[in-house]
Amino acid sequence: MISTDYLLLCLGMGLVTYVPRWVPLFALSQRSLPRWLEEWLDLIPAAILSALILPALLTSGEPRQLTLWNNDLIVAIPVFLFALRTRSLGGTVIVGMALYWLAGKVLG
Amino acid sequence: MRDGIRAAWPICLGYVPIGLAFGVLAQKAGLTPLAVGVMSALVFAGSSQFIAVAMLGAGAGTASIVATTFAVNLRHLLMSSALSVFLGGVRKRWLALFAYGVTDESFALNLARFREEGWDWRRALTVNHVTNAVWVTSTAAGALGGALIPAHAFGIDYALMGMFLCLLVYQLRERIHVLTALIAGAAAVAMSLMIPGNSYIVAASVLAATAGLFIRRRWPAPASSTTGAGTGRR
Repeated sequence: MISTDYLLLCLGMGLVTYVPRWVPLFALSQRSLPRWLEEWLDLIPAAILSALILPALLTSGEPRQLTLWNNDLIVAIPVFLFALRTRSLGGTVIVGMALYWLAGKVLG
Repeated sequence: MRDGIRAAWPICLGYVPIGLAFGVLAQKAGLTPLAVGVMSALVFAGSSQFIAVAMLGAGAGTASIVATTFAVNLRHLLMSSALSVFLGGVRKRWLALFAYGVTDESFALNLARFREEGWDWRRALTVNHVTNAVWVTSTAAGALGGALIPAHAFGIDYALMGMFLCLLVYQLRERIHVLTALIAGAAAVAMSLMIPGNSYIVAASVLAATAGLFIRRRWPAPASSTTGAGTGRR
């Protein structure tokens, strides 16, 4: 069974996760934004994706350390080129999985 | 509906192994499948759930776990801000439902799709909730019997990385986006090595987008390419 304490924990976690997801949608979507903010937000996705991807590929461990030779990174290079060439999301996912699986077999 | 479900498959594929792994871990920390499902349904944020279970195992209190969750998930503030540009005119209650499903993955996928013809908030909402259903189910399944399923099968661990790489390619529309991505990536790597936790994601993104904005203002793109901002709108 689920204890009240645990339920409260999940509710608290849910609330602090939900509010930052909701506030900008509520506050920004119904009005036209100043041009500089729109331009800034236009750059945010490329920035976030890069900030998510590169540390995941180039660092590992706790505390994190630079690892310039690992399967995640080696596989990412041909996968990135494949995505640039084909612009196919499904194809990139499949090729990525296949190469990662292969790299695990070959490189260990 | 169907377009949304079809578009969501790379995320679903990526969520299954992570969800199962989370379920196994949570079960080892003493949570029942029901408890795991409740957390996944109420929180729906993978990395913070992993951290919460680890903290629970270490005997941390509710307040510190909630505070950590807040810090870890604050990055969604930026993602929702970028998505809001495409959600003008959508009813408040739908926005409230949409917000629940904003994750790194749904954000990146929906944002790329919004730039294409024929993508709207209903399809985006479907993506958010289909992926949520897969997340809740796979985490609970992991707690039930995830240890029976072989880990790391068929390179499935790479599904989300593959998706992110392609979605990044979609975002590199002009030179300024490439430059912003390079700044963000370099800053994120440097910051991630210096500070623990994941605050580097927000810090590096804000830094890079701000630098990009200044660069775009200082050296506007040549006449051949479009001025970036307008392309954000449908």
